Amino acid sequence: MSKTISVKNKSNSQRLEVLKTYKIYIGGQFPRTESGRFYTPLDATGKKLANVCLSSRKDFRDAVVVARNACSSWGNRAAFNRSQILYRMAEMLEGRKLQFIDELMQQGSSKIKAKEEVALSIDRLIYYSGWCDKYQQLFSSVNPVASSHFNFSVPEPTGVVSIIAPQSSSLLGLVSVIAPVIAGGNTCIVLSSETKPLCAITFAEVINSSDVPAGVVNILTGKVAELAPWFVAHMDVNATIYCEADKAMQKMFKEKSAMNVKRIFFYDKIDWTKEKGQSPYFIFDTQEIKTTWHPIEPIGASGGGY
Amino acid sequence: MISSIEMGTNIDFSHSPRIDQVGLEERAARFTKRSIKKETKLNGLLLTLNMIDLTTLEGKDSEGKVKQLCYKAQHLHDAYPGLPNVAAICVYPSMIKIVQKALKGSGINIASVATGFPSGQVPKSLKISETKFAVAEGATEVDMVISRGKFLEGEYNYVFDEIAAIKNACGSARLKVILETGELGNMDKVRRASDIAMYAGADFIKTSTGKIQPAATMPVTLVMLEAIRDYYYKTGRMVGMKPAGGISKSKLALYYLVMLKETLGDAWMNNHWFRFGASSLANDVLLQIVKEKTGTYQSGNYFSLD
Repeated sequence: MSKTISVKNKSNSQRLEVLKTYKIYIGGQFPRTESGRFYTPLDATGKKLANVCLSSRKDFRDAVVVARNACSSWGNRAAFNRSQILYRMAEMLEGRKLQFIDELMQQGSSKIKAKEEVALSIDRLIYYSGWCDKYQQLFSSVNPVASSHFNFSVPEPTGVVSIIAPQSSSLLGLVSVIAPVIAGGNTCIVLSSETKPLCAITFAEVINSSDVPAGVVNILTGKVAELAPWFVAHMDVNATIYCEADKAMQKMFKEKSAMNVKRIFFYDKIDWTKEKGQSPYFIFDTQEIKTTWHPIEPIGASGGGY
Repeated sequence: MISSIEMGTNIDFSHSPRIDQVGLEERAARFTKRSIKKETKLNGLLLTLNMIDLTTLEGKDSEGKVKQLCYKAQHLHDAYPGLPNVAAICVYPSMIKIVQKALKGSGINIASVATGFPSGQVPKSLKISETKFAVAEGATEVDMVISRGKFLEGEYNYVFDEIAAIKNACGSARLKVILETGELGNMDKVRRASDIAMYAGADFIKTSTGKIQPAATMPVTLVMLEAIRDYYYKTGRMVGMKPAGGISKSKLALYYLVMLKETLGDAWMNNHWFRFGASSLANDVLLQIVKEKTGTYQSGNYFSLD
């Protein structure tokens, strides 16, 4: 007769915990890096955090392809619907607060700071959710012209944006750079903080369960020095955001972006925990202004101009 | 020496070799594991470009569209002089004269579909007269479709005679026989149809019209390549291969070249014996060639659409 296996005779301390494999996020899926490489970031005390994918330029290239494909459907979606989806992201983040607090503490944050950071991140998503269908009015204009035209300018998404996320702010920094970009109808490829990558991948799970279409947000983990040149040189990327004050790196960004006159933004003096860490002008950065000249009846006949 | 057609009339094609589907798929998958880098990759890409039958077979084809395609064939990417031309332009018979005028002196072949493409559901007499018309108009290559209905009814002699009659009508033009493998049902039938086509005089066997899914796949192409090899050993006559439809990425095209080399060898590694029937492959190959030359990932925005 076979012995029955009892699950009760093992106490909690004996149970082998199931650890999460931190994989990258491309096109709505969680693949490992195609390179098969990994690195092991350490916490402040020198303890290993996890084995994390060391993404290669080919992962980035694949991500650009899916981000480009996702562009038109995301950008053409009703602004109100984008707003609903960002709100949904906030809801999902709220529901998983404890996990993020736990990860932030693993990465060296105090409990109070971690709680604050998660709360602020949720609020930031709500903030940009609200702006999704409002920035257009703010940045649009009807322009006076000296001919018989109705002339107006409206913002449109620039396209694919590559982002090197803030290095010191693992979750709040990440959310603060992704939210305005996707609120404005762009798609993005984000390289997470190199030393604190855990929250980024867990945040990808939040995105994955929030009705964000595949390819709109893609998150890689890896070395900034290795990947940054590819992030800024790729001809199919329309804008790049870099958040550190490294002058040599900024110079490289300016040089490599010239090839396809890509827009570059350095968010290197911004404290994401402060009021100035959120603004509709962050949305405006990755917008392009389109001006339309629409013929109308002669100004004289209508009795006035615009 | 006894001719291929005479041999063919004495063969019972229902005894064509059977195909081991599982082994076939494993073998085909093996070709995708080869590492092709640097100069090898660049040479492969250039060869691919040179093997493309640039195709437009739409009901909406107009004179302008066909002229544009002919221009593209001769100016693939003028930023890089010295790129090879494509092998042929493939159009409907009504467009041959336009192609002939546009391609004058370029050395690019003029291929025309005929025989009631894509369904082939017209009487044999009309198929023959359409073929004669295409050749008289100036087509140097004729792409015919087999009567799949008759084939599936087991009327192999009918299919054989029809192909032989079309070959006769082609005169000096090379005949490509489209099996439309997506409609044949299984690999045994693909092999059988390949044998019939080759013994009846085909200069090329071709997978698909591009109008039916699945079109060209690696396993189907492998069955046909092996049929060509066996036929060559029996008769000493070389037959060309043209996978068509569904090959739009360079990487996949390189896998096909690997399969070609490892199945038929170097003698077939040129556009006299191997073609890709594709409309969007050329642009992807160009993107990759420029990437190899500049080291920067490219964007479709900087290449002509068609």
